[in-house]
Amino acid sequence: MQSQLLLQLIINGLIIGTLYGVVGMCFVLIYKASQVVNFAQGEFLLIGAWVCWWLLTAWNIPFFWGFLIAVVFMMAFGMAVQMVILRPLIGEPIISVIMVTIGMSIFFQALMKWMFGTFAQPFPPIFPVDKVNVLGLQVQTAYLMSTGVSLAIMAGFAWFFKYSKMGLAMRATAFSQQVAQSLGISVRQVFALSWGISAAVSAVAGVVVGMVNGVSSALSYFGIKVFPAVILGGLDSIFGAVVGGLIVGLLENLGQYVDSQYLKWGNLYEIIPFYVLIIILMIKPYGLFGTRDIERV
Amino acid sequence: MADAALKLEPVAETGAAPLLAVDNIEVVYNDVILVLRGLSLKVPKGQIVALLGSNGAGKSTTLKAISGLLKTEDGEITRGAVTFLGEKINGIEPDKIVRRGIFQVMEGRRIIADMTVLENLRLGAFTRHDNEVKSDIERVYEFFPRLRERTGLAGYLSGGEQQMLAIGRAMMARPKLILMDEPSMGLSPLMVKEVFAIIKKLNVELGVTILLVEQNARLALSVADYGYIMEQGKIVLDGTAQMLQTNEDVKEFYLGQGGGAERKSFKNLKSFKRRKRWL
Repeated sequence: MQSQLLLQLIINGLIIGTLYGVVGMCFVLIYKASQVVNFAQGEFLLIGAWVCWWLLTAWNIPFFWGFLIAVVFMMAFGMAVQMVILRPLIGEPIISVIMVTIGMSIFFQALMKWMFGTFAQPFPPIFPVDKVNVLGLQVQTAYLMSTGVSLAIMAGFAWFFKYSKMGLAMRATAFSQQVAQSLGISVRQVFALSWGISAAVSAVAGVVVGMVNGVSSALSYFGIKVFPAVILGGLDSIFGAVVGGLIVGLLENLGQYVDSQYLKWGNLYEIIPFYVLIIILMIKPYGLFGTRDIERV
Repeated sequence: MADAALKLEPVAETGAAPLLAVDNIEVVYNDVILVLRGLSLKVPKGQIVALLGSNGAGKSTTLKAISGLLKTEDGEITRGAVTFLGEKINGIEPDKIVRRGIFQVMEGRRIIADMTVLENLRLGAFTRHDNEVKSDIERVYEFFPRLRERTGLAGYLSGGEQQMLAIGRAMMARPKLILMDEPSMGLSPLMVKEVFAIIKKLNVELGVTILLVEQNARLALSVADYGYIMEQGKIVLDGTAQMLQTNEDVKEFYLGQGGGAERKSFKNLKSFKRRKRWL
């Protein structure tokens, strides 16, 4: 029974960890491309989930199309946020930019509450069965889907940054905006696109989590949870974000196990990622996979 | 001879309009620092033009003013015009200038260290939408056979190899004009020779026009068709490469060949207003 519970928690940890990883990648994408620490990342999940929920419940659109429209909308939304709010801030001190993203976070959260109310709203049932049995373990169908989608997104990111022209352009921009411009890359386009992709992919994660827990402002806590994940992995490493996400997801669930079985403190689940974050930063200040520049003259 | 060369109109000027014309530009950094004060030069199609001068003369600034990268450093052309193929290009975003056919190989090579050689080359072709990118990569490898063997990150290449990659990356854009900033910087003498041979080859075999900024005046003039010498943000002397190589002042200050006894003091020179060293 005990080991059964442990196994279940580990599976949960990996599933939620891949989601953290995906949102972490989105966070790192924005940071790498445009050097903005986006504290409104969680709100991208929230808005995406609400838009999808609204399309499904108010317009009775089939899930697939509602999902697709929400993602496309969030792509445009992310680009608009960059172009309207953040573009004028290019060159301003980093603290101003951070304050603006924190402001955006508060604003969007309030806006969502105003538009859709403060109560959690369940998604209409999408899968015929709620949970499926995988090797004797109960797994939410939505989570199963989420893992599939997350892995697909990760593979997509890997391909995008390795082989696509725009992905290379984003890496070049992350390396040096001046060099990117000297190669004919429009840095403005890269910034807008990175925000667009980040918001769209975050919306996917938002919908998936919303399907399991219902849509409510709690979704935006993902943005905070993702913070230890990306710092753990190294703020500028997309791969690190995935690993960091998995570690945080696992830690949360193992923390819960230790807590419920032995310690009985009651809140280790929430806290443990941050403890580990502090310890890792003391040992490796750049995070696990964060890079220092290659120097060779 | 020096006086004759001081005329504003370049001697080698032919009737045809030059590929690039910089006309009396003034460049200001951060709204206050005046770096170029009325600089003019012309780059005829198919030639290598060398732009020489001491540190801080404004050579790199001139190149950045042409490529538009000045904007990324808070600089601005406040007066004058840069004309490329008959169209005024100052004030245009740098990425659009690349699309028009001007590609700058920046000082210090600036290859993307955390990418592979191949990825760097593919990025060079960012502005292109044809399907000859693959064959162009092959051509770069033919120019620089040693790049083919380097499969790791570009940051681990030697300085010379990085310079080759930077030039190869420029070739990938198929530019009409390459602005080359200090290609010899930090390279061994042998490697410098190799790089300059390649610059000449680029010009002769591919017909690329090159505006070359260099500290190493001797080498630059050995490959160039025409040369400009600048001091304190202005052109002070220009002429064909041969003419400059034999000019007494150039010999003394840039080629390190001493002049006669009467040339011991800078203040005797009218054509060179050198900055006083203690200032």
